[in-house]
Amino acid sequence: MPLMHALVDGGADIIELGVPFSDPMADGPTIQRASERALAAGMSLRKVLALVEAFRKTNTTTPVVLMGYANPIEAMGAEAFVAAAAAVGVDGVLVVDYPPQECVAFAGIAKSAGIDPIFLLAPTSLESRFDDVAKAGSGYIYYVSLKGVTGSAKLDLDEVAQRIPLIRERVGMPVGVGFGIRDAETAKAVGAVADAVVIGSRIIEEIEHAGPDAAVARVTAFLRSIREALDSLGEPRS
Amino acid sequence: MQMADTPYQMPDAQGHFGPYGGVFVAETLIPALDSLREAYAACQKDPAFMEEYRYELRHFVGRPSPIYHAQRWSELLGGAQIYLKREDLNHTGAHKINNCIGQALLARHMGKPRVIAETGAGQHGVATATVAARYGLECVVYMGSEDIRRQAANVYRMKLLGASVVPVESGSRTLKDALNEAMRDWVTNIHDTFYIIGTVAGPHPYPQMVRDFQKVIGEECLTQMPEMTGRQPDAVIACVGGGSNAMGIFYPYIPHADVRLIGVEAAGDGLDSGRHAASLSAGRPGVLHGNRTYLLQNEDGQIIETHSISAGLDYPGVGPEHAWLKDCSRAEYVGVTDAEALQAFHDLCRYEGIIPALESSHALAYAAKLAPTLGKDKVLLVNLSGRGDKDMHTVAEKSGIQF
Repeated sequence: MPLMHALVDGGADIIELGVPFSDPMADGPTIQRASERALAAGMSLRKVLALVEAFRKTNTTTPVVLMGYANPIEAMGAEAFVAAAAAVGVDGVLVVDYPPQECVAFAGIAKSAGIDPIFLLAPTSLESRFDDVAKAGSGYIYYVSLKGVTGSAKLDLDEVAQRIPLIRERVGMPVGVGFGIRDAETAKAVGAVADAVVIGSRIIEEIEHAGPDAAVARVTAFLRSIREALDSLGEPRS
Repeated sequence: MQMADTPYQMPDAQGHFGPYGGVFVAETLIPALDSLREAYAACQKDPAFMEEYRYELRHFVGRPSPIYHAQRWSELLGGAQIYLKREDLNHTGAHKINNCIGQALLARHMGKPRVIAETGAGQHGVATATVAARYGLECVVYMGSEDIRRQAANVYRMKLLGASVVPVESGSRTLKDALNEAMRDWVTNIHDTFYIIGTVAGPHPYPQMVRDFQKVIGEECLTQMPEMTGRQPDAVIACVGGGSNAMGIFYPYIPHADVRLIGVEAAGDGLDSGRHAASLSAGRPGVLHGNRTYLLQNEDGQIIETHSISAGLDYPGVGPEHAWLKDCSRAEYVGVTDAEALQAFHDLCRYEGIIPALESSHALAYAAKLAPTLGKDKVLLVNLSGRGDKDMHTVAEKSGIQF
């Protein structure tokens, strides 16, 4: 929880909080290791919800989006999960292995509880997919900026610059871009065309390298450098 | 049930077997699965493609595989007659090659020069490396480091065939982790890579496609059994890990309502021990590896580590069609322990002169339990899905013997 507050202090507008899963198929080694550490320490979906509840005692404004895989949610039961998430103040949920066509019921339950079902779009997504996510999703679109898993290195900025305006227009939602944003420079370049930049693996690397005592300070400092880079772009787009 | 009135037609267009199957993957994989589905549908209808597939099965694999009457063993057991479908006699020593031929031809058709695979026991890895060499494709096989230790001979086989074998150190370092890693490779290299999944699991169209490339096993039996015995068997028995050899022999028998279909899962140290890999017998439905199916999981929905003496059955999920066949009671699923499988392994060696794979030994062990309870006029057909040469080290270790 101190880390969640550190993210806010460092200038994060939204917190995406990972729910660990034993088989994080779409994630690279960094998030996979983080998942294994969390599970070994006894973390679970219920405990993540408790964490949000504790965070909300002092921060009632920063949106929190849970990000994870379908099975822990299905094990808890979709309705029970959505009710619990709404009760503790979760704002959105991104289920990596729930494409729109497989979670019509779940997305409906989430929306009716005031929780945004967030969906991914990828560079390889056909335009017909834009309509699928526009229909099923709400809140924002998470654009995966490269082929591969989280934490990968390559990022095609030209491609991002070309696709984002198109997606924004078709889905009528803000578009956040993630996967491969590693420093202030890439954040600034992506921030110039996207509504938000999403950083995951890079923050976990800071935590890994810092160790438990220095993690809060390292994460705050890292995020400040990103925040400053984004703020130098001027007013956020409306 | 509904299958009595309407012909069995599974999966639906979206890959669902009732509530199971489907496409539960990240968006990044959706376009690749879409184009695979389209390419597969086109090839299925293409007589030239199917003719090449059948030609390869005949001349490269050595099909049709024979059916063998295990007469001595049946007599010793004192009940039903046991017949063995000899998939162990296929090129590369198991049924896995049937599917690999089909998918490699599809990879070539789609213009993908690189194939990847996951493997547990190494049989699917060897089969993939074999077809990659046969068609001149680059090949990378992901294998859990624990399985690499258990299956050293197969690792060397793959290397001889020109494949790179990548050890997977994450999670339980077995088949499920190899599958995760192969998926990560695929999502990164979609432009030039075809993922040859070895079992009837994963996102649509894999469960259907792998079943279709394996159904040749059951189709041959439909012709061979009446030739040998004058009728179809009373029961068809196959081991189930992911379940591809079982789906291959079961599928053509589904409309034959009086033929019992029995899938045998790995009960490890016993279903009560918690150390097993029997997802249908002891699991709950959930989502893993791109499909909804029965899974071994804890109450938080985390996948738990499984155990089986046979690496090929050591998997916490199962193909979605098996989940469906269980729920609608068309197939029965039972468990066989490590000890029972080992006994059947030794019995087949000693009484029939056949060294079976430890995976197939699970099916044999259940046949040995069932046969004495039935009359001598009853017929059991067991899918002998692979040969046991790869298991020498495991069996010797269990017997306290070192090479």
